[in-house]
Order: sequence, then C-alpha cells, then structure tokens
Amino acid sequence: MNDKEFNYYISGETGKWEVVIGLEVHAQVSSNAKLFSSSATKFGSEPNSQVSLIDAAMPGMLPVINKFCIEQAVKTGLGLKAKINLLSVFDRKNYFYADLPQGYQISQFKHPIVGEGEVILDMPYGTKKIGIERLHLEQDAGKSLHDQDPTKTFIDLNRSGVALMEIVSKPDLRSPEEVAEYIKKLRSIMRYLGTCDGNMEEGSLRADVNVSVRKVGSKDFGTRCEIKNVNSIKFMQQAIQYEAKRQIELLEEGKKIDQETRLFDTKKNETRPMRSKEDAHDYRYFPDPDLPPLKFDQSFVDGIKKKLPELPDDKKERLIKDYKLSSYEAGVLISDKDTSDYFEDIAKNSDVKLSINWVIGDLFAALNKIGKSIKESPISSKNLAKLIDLIKNNTISGRIAKEVFELMINDNRDPKVIVEEKGLIQESNVGELEKIIEKVLKENGDKVAEYKSGKDKLFGFFVGSVIKESKGKANPALVNDILKKKLS
Amino acid sequence: MSINKDTIKKISKLARISVTNEETDRLVKDLNSILKFVEQLKELNTDKITPIASVSDQVLTMNKDEIKKINEKEEILKNAPEKNSNYYIVPKVIE
Repeated sequence: MNDKEFNYYISGETGKWEVVIGLEVHAQVSSNAKLFSSSATKFGSEPNSQVSLIDAAMPGMLPVINKFCIEQAVKTGLGLKAKINLLSVFDRKNYFYADLPQGYQISQFKHPIVGEGEVILDMPYGTKKIGIERLHLEQDAGKSLHDQDPTKTFIDLNRSGVALMEIVSKPDLRSPEEVAEYIKKLRSIMRYLGTCDGNMEEGSLRADVNVSVRKVGSKDFGTRCEIKNVNSIKFMQQAIQYEAKRQIELLEEGKKIDQETRLFDTKKNETRPMRSKEDAHDYRYFPDPDLPPLKFDQSFVDGIKKKLPELPDDKKERLIKDYKLSSYEAGVLISDKDTSDYFEDIAKNSDVKLSINWVIGDLFAALNKIGKSIKESPISSKNLAKLIDLIKNNTISGRIAKEVFELMINDNRDPKVIVEEKGLIQESNVGELEKIIEKVLKENGDKVAEYKSGKDKLFGFFVGSVIKESKGKANPALVNDILKKKLS
Repeated sequence: MSINKDTIKKISKLARISVTNEETDRLVKDLNSILKFVEQLKELNTDKITPIASVSDQVLTMNKDEIKKINEKEEILKNAPEKNSNYYIVPKVIE
C-alpha cells in the first residue's frame, strides 16, 4: 500500500465507507483568575478552596468579565487566521446538573467572539486545510466524583467558572490520524501563543467528537453522533474507530442512525448513549441579562496582532529557509516550541548539520531514555553547542564526542573541561600519527602484503586498527591520508 | 405560539420545579395570556432590523486578571446542605 495516499476507508458488506469527523475542542485559558470572578484557577488545589460567591452562584452576585481571557481568545483566533468579531454576546445555556450551581453555563451562542478560520495539517499525503467554524468563550463546570460513596456524589467547584475557549472545527477531518494531527497542531499553536497549556492529563484540553459515515463518493453528510468529553488523543482515535464501525453496521442492516450524544467507555472500548431521548437536552439559550454585549474596536485587535509571536507554520518556513533544513527536520523541531528554541540557540553560531543531527538524534534518544522533556534537558544548549564546535574544529572525533556526550548527561559539565581532563583531544600531529601507523603496519605485515596484492578492502581494517591503537583519539581524516601514502 | 399542559410539564421538569395539576391549569391560563400580550409585537414589521441582545447602551466592563478571592471554603461550604472533606455532598447523580 502506498502510504503517500489517503487510504482511511472502511470496507463494509455493501462497499467502501468514508468517516466524517468534526471536533469541538475545549481549551482552558491560561489565566490567573476565572472568566467572571477573581478566584484562582490552579489545578489540583484543595477541594472548594478556589470558589467565590459568584462561582457558587449565590443569589445577587454579578459576573464581571476578565479582560485577559478576552485577549487570549482574540490571540488564539488570530493564530487560527480567523475573523475576529468586534461585537459578541454572552448567552445562558440552561441545564440542570449538580456541578453547575448557576443552573446555566454562560457561553456564546449566536454571536461568538471569533468566526471562521483554518488549521493546516502536514499529512504523509500532503498538506490539508481544516476549517474552523468558530471559537467562543464560556465557563467550565465543577467536578463531580461519583465513586466516593454508593449513594452520594461529591462536588468540587474549583473548576466552576474557569474560562474555556470552545474551538469548533468544520466536518473536514476524515481519519483518526487526521484527528491526532489536528489536536497536536491546535495544541502547538496555543502553546506558542501561551493561551492554553494544552495539558490533556489535567483536562485543560478535551474534545467532543462528532462522527458520521457515508459511502465513498457521496457528497451528503450522514446523521452524526456526538461523543462527549474525550480527554486523550488515543481515546479519540479509539472512539472514532468504534463509532464508525457501529454506524456502518446499523446502516448496512437497513437501520437508521439516531442523532444522539454518546460517551466513550475507555475500559470496554465502546461508545454508548448518554441519556434517553425524552431527556434530550433543551438548552433554552437566551442572552445573559447580567452581561451587556462585548464590544471592542479594531485597534484592540491590532494591538494584540502586533505582539503575536512567530507561529509554528511561519517558523517551519523560516527554519527551512534560514538553516536549509528538510521539511521533515523542520517539522520535528517546530512541533514543540522548546525544541526549536533549543535548536536555534545552538545552530545560530554552530554547524547546522551537526546541530540538527545531535538535537533530533542523540539528544532526543537520551531524553527519551531518562524520561525528560527538552526543557528539563540535563545538557544545556550552550554546552551542546560547545561539544559541536569541538567536533567541527577537529579537537575531538565524532566517536569521542559520543563518549563526552554520555558524561555530560550526568552532570552538564563543560565538554572542553571533560576533554582536557580525560585527555581526549584528537591526535592531529602528523609525526605522532605516523609513529602509531608504523607500529600497526609492522604488526600486520601479512595484511600489508595482501593489501598490496590487490585486497583493497583491507584499508578499512588499517584505519580501524590505528584509531583503536590511539584509543579513539586519532584524527580519522589524517589517518586516511597518511595511510594512503604509506601503503601506495 | 400557545402553551398547553404538556408545555408546562416539560418546562417544570427542565427547571426541576414540581407543579400540581391545579397549578398546571392556572399556569396554562396565565402564561397564555402573557404570551398573547407579548405577541402584539408581531404586528410590527422588523424585517430590516438587526436583532439586539440588550436595549441599554452599556458595554461590558472588564476586570484585570488578578486573584482577589483567596480560599473562602469555610464561608462557601456553610451553605452546603451536606459536606464531607471539603466537598459538597449531593444525592448520587450519574448519567
């Protein structure tokens, strides 16, 4: 199979099916205080220790919006190349649940703060543009614990009122792989912007997944089901696979799909309906009378635009241009801002080819082994740059460099100090090298004779023996030159 | 639009307010007369008018991103019908 072509189709009894997916991503805004109150938003704090009278929905409390959250929504909108709406409206989305003390969630329904935009994915079969439908601001709900007591539910309202950006994609995704790339790209854009930390383990990034299926070639959308609150890329992929199969089986049996909300059971690896039909939600949206419309002028947007950092797509293009990297190398570096920063720290003053190879080769492997991120790297970019310079100016060989690198992982010491201390400096003195070479040739007289009678392959053996004799310190290029002369 | 007993039943369920049969009859009458009064607005042609969310000229006032409320859990949990280990306790709700 050609992996350069899109090929995610599911074969059923009646033919090939295509999966159509749209995502509603909920991204927590990285703010100090909540969207409409001045309580803290820190994850993992003592239960109900970050709850104000507003968050607990005490009668008579009035919400006041956090300006920083508005700026973050606009910034994210700009990162998605989206239309920013200078007028937007907050609505009440009414539903009854114990971790929603207001009895409604303040959200934006008809007039979101951000309109249509796009995200570009790099897939093995080329780039693909995923449309963004909208981004709006809303409140997060509290947390319910159902497993503490057989008859009771425990409620923690610390999360109640934390600002969320809901980012709704168009139904442009066609496979679990595209969903994974989309989430990663969105997360990387928000991390570059600093608007959301994208930490899925802590729930600051989660998604509702809309799935439908249709026959390959069909232009009409099938009936979709919404899988609520999936909190890891792996689970999203599993839920889509299960749900697509379920829908195809129903349709091939001549049955209809009910448009419904389902949940993904991660233990059983299946989706199932969340609530019965007669309980289907009726949110009765209406503009929140406590909150006048949100208006700002274009200069507010322009001010934010001026301060935007370089975004992943632009950075990739620049890295390819400035450092002559391949698209693959640049892609690996930009997926994480810390990685590309680390690389640029080194490459701006050192050999680029060596820099890229050491960062995405040896350093990645070492970090992987010790389970650390590049930000926590035991080797600073400054010291790795010094090591690369030592190779480049022939002070040490590549082989010795690997030894030094291993030592640096333990203590981030200056490689120059390690090299001097251990006497690892590359031997480039022709006289010294000649002495070693003479010795090796003398000890291997028989091989010299074989070589001279035409066994060219033995040249590698001589080089290897000389390097070994020098305990790895001999300059390989010089050894080559001298050996050639001696053996001719 | 008109309201019947089923509408009242649905709304009361969504709001988690229990309504007796007698109350239902009265509410059907009351709400219908309110709706009828409001429906007079339909006589106006609003085809070319942009809908608005608020009639006041006010725009949203904004706060700085500062934490001012620090741990009020004693005060907050005073209002809980039941509490345990700093959690609100409610009858089991699971969907």
